[in-house]
Amino acid sequence: MSDKITNILLVGVGGQGILLASEILSEAAMLAGFDVKKSEIHGMSQRGGSVVSHVRFGAEVFSPIVPEGEGDILFGFELMETARSLPLLKQGGSVVANDLQISPPSVLMGQELYPEGLVERIKARFPDFLLVDGQRIAADAGNVRAANTVLLGAVSRRLDIAEEFWLKALEKMVPPKALAVNKLAFQQGRAL
Amino acid sequence: MKTILSGNEAIARGAFEAGCLVACAYPGTPSTEILENTLQYKEINSSWAPNEKVALEVAIGASFGGGRALCTMKHVGVNVAADPLFTLSYTGVRGGLVLVAADDPEMHSSQNEQDSRNYARFAKVPMLEPSDSRECKEFTRLAFELSEQYDTPVMLRSSTRISHGKSVVELGERVTGLPVPKLEKNPAKLVMLPGNAKVRHPLVEQNLVNLSKAAVTMPFNRVEMRDTSIGIITAGICYQYVREVLPNASTLKLGMVHPLPHDLIREFAAKVDVLYVIEELDPFIEDQVKAMGIPAIGKEIISLCGELTPGRLRAAFKIPQASESAAEKLPGRPPNMCPGCPHRGVFYTLNQLKAYVTGDIGCYTLGFMPPLSAMDTCVCMGASIGMATGVTKVVSAEEKKKVVAVIGDSTFLHTGINGLMDMVYNNAPATVIILDNSITAMTGRQDNPASGFTLMDQPTNAVQIPLLCKALGVKHIRIINPLDLEETKRVIAEEMERPEPSVIITNKPCVLIKREEVFQKGPVYAVDADACTGCRACLKIGCPAIEWRPAGDGSKKGKAYIDPLLCTGCDVCRQLCKFGAIGGVK
Repeated sequence: MSDKITNILLVGVGGQGILLASEILSEAAMLAGFDVKKSEIHGMSQRGGSVVSHVRFGAEVFSPIVPEGEGDILFGFELMETARSLPLLKQGGSVVANDLQISPPSVLMGQELYPEGLVERIKARFPDFLLVDGQRIAADAGNVRAANTVLLGAVSRRLDIAEEFWLKALEKMVPPKALAVNKLAFQQGRAL
Repeated sequence: MKTILSGNEAIARGAFEAGCLVACAYPGTPSTEILENTLQYKEINSSWAPNEKVALEVAIGASFGGGRALCTMKHVGVNVAADPLFTLSYTGVRGGLVLVAADDPEMHSSQNEQDSRNYARFAKVPMLEPSDSRECKEFTRLAFELSEQYDTPVMLRSSTRISHGKSVVELGERVTGLPVPKLEKNPAKLVMLPGNAKVRHPLVEQNLVNLSKAAVTMPFNRVEMRDTSIGIITAGICYQYVREVLPNASTLKLGMVHPLPHDLIREFAAKVDVLYVIEELDPFIEDQVKAMGIPAIGKEIISLCGELTPGRLRAAFKIPQASESAAEKLPGRPPNMCPGCPHRGVFYTLNQLKAYVTGDIGCYTLGFMPPLSAMDTCVCMGASIGMATGVTKVVSAEEKKKVVAVIGDSTFLHTGINGLMDMVYNNAPATVIILDNSITAMTGRQDNPASGFTLMDQPTNAVQIPLLCKALGVKHIRIINPLDLEETKRVIAEEMERPEPSVIITNKPCVLIKREEVFQKGPVYAVDADACTGCRACLKIGCPAIEWRPAGDGSKKGKAYIDPLLCTGCDVCRQLCKFGAIGGVK
């Protein structure tokens, strides 16, 4: 195992299930034999605010938060939040984002417009950009609520963690009745 | 067995393994999940107290009865619990007693960023500070042992990044063979009258001297010699950032931040060329190191404000870092009250009535945010009522009518009751609105003494808030449905006019309450696009379920739209629409 630490940022809107996704990711990394740390903020930010979760794994991890500008992968659950967190990513880092827009209060109230052209601007800065229609793929797999798992599958392809550990992590973290759909959603995402 | 735990989960596990019998707390970010996790261990009696002072007193009683007890709170909770804490150090303990204070540098979810380490020194209590989840568990176990060994309460300081960070932990077994709790009288030690306290105080001072000496060889204070050109004294989460950013520096990692191991610090300082102290918030370690006559660099390069990060530490040491790419200017995404939140209509009304609102701590503090913009003060738990009384003592008779205190059910029970008692006692003509949503919502829906359930989910007495107010002497108590805007406005306006203390209690539950019999979603609403004139009246409540959809022709025209997935059917927006364009979907 090399000394290299893998730095992942999961970003989106409070209530989107980001914490569960980061827990599955952390669990898979631990099962694969890595030291893992993760950090995020609960509380106020859960009331529909921006959420950033940091996950780091490697031989030995110190800081639980990703050093600024050193993210390897930005895992975005919402487009504008993905764009907001680009500065956390290293040059040449990867972006895997859900093709979903959630309007913030100022847009809901008609004071501002949801920014246009985000996908193009992200792609211009980070060519390794995978845009995933998580909701549609999850719906096809049997439940639109498994969109995060589709994305997790897409992210998993970019990480040095064998598939068996992902599946074990899903088995541990996902409620039994939703497991079959989530496994399918994961496979669909992984195949992207 | 190896598992990934948050710092809070690990503290709960550590308490379990230490043979803890009682855990008591008032919820507060970032400490809340500790008690939510002691709950899983049937051997521990876990309970929410109405406030941190009571929580600590319950833990003290359990300790005096001979059991090991855990008490947890956020940093500002220690202010509330300070009174018993400062004398508890004199009495000492019977069963080990550990007080967890979870600080919030950067104020992710707090009104200030006070540094709890000062309390350890001020109250003369030893304090351990873990740097990851593994240490959270180990230090909690150790804190119970030190507590009994040195006959003192022990504080454990966490912070947001420790409590809500997760890392790998090896689980252990629960200790066995601890003494069975039973009553044992020892008034000379436990009755702190002057005569007894005068005997206890010197023992407390001697204890700290003894601990400082013992701490030199205790394994949680650890010297790691690497390159000796830079030596760093650090503790807690800052240790992780030091290892991340300055991997070659020699470090003295302190597991116990009070009392400090003076001899170890001298020895370490002598081995390095330049000594730094890296800590968040106050120069707590640094000041003591400098007072020992040892030159050190600390707050000259590390801010007194906010949390440390790897980037900030790099900047302090002028280490080049990956240049952060510029951030695009994007609309902000502040937190908001939930769709259907029963607080929304009250703040909309207070805004309309141009009230001067003394606020309090809870979800409803978000009533400060636009477009509701109806909160004028917020200081600490329970302060709204006292502040309202104070304001009426100085402003004109006409302005007194504008003064309204707003407080949640849990906050009222926490420290609002005394304020209301004073308002009645001293006849302040303000209006108090108790937003009773039947839960402690902000910290994640915890039960409280008015919700009818305990932390262990046992049905129990529910405090009747109207009767409590009546007993305090409030003559005018009105109960309103906050989802009925006409009623809400009429009653608040009437009570604001009244030149006497009055209380208005809202009666709709939090939309996030898990118990189905308490909150039920109504029929979902929709906008009739033909009837909608685009007047924007419904946008003034800032409901996340209502979206403005521009006409798309570059004009300012557009129409409202209700997201059926978010709407709870609260009916508030329908009452704002003069054109009958909003209605329930059949």
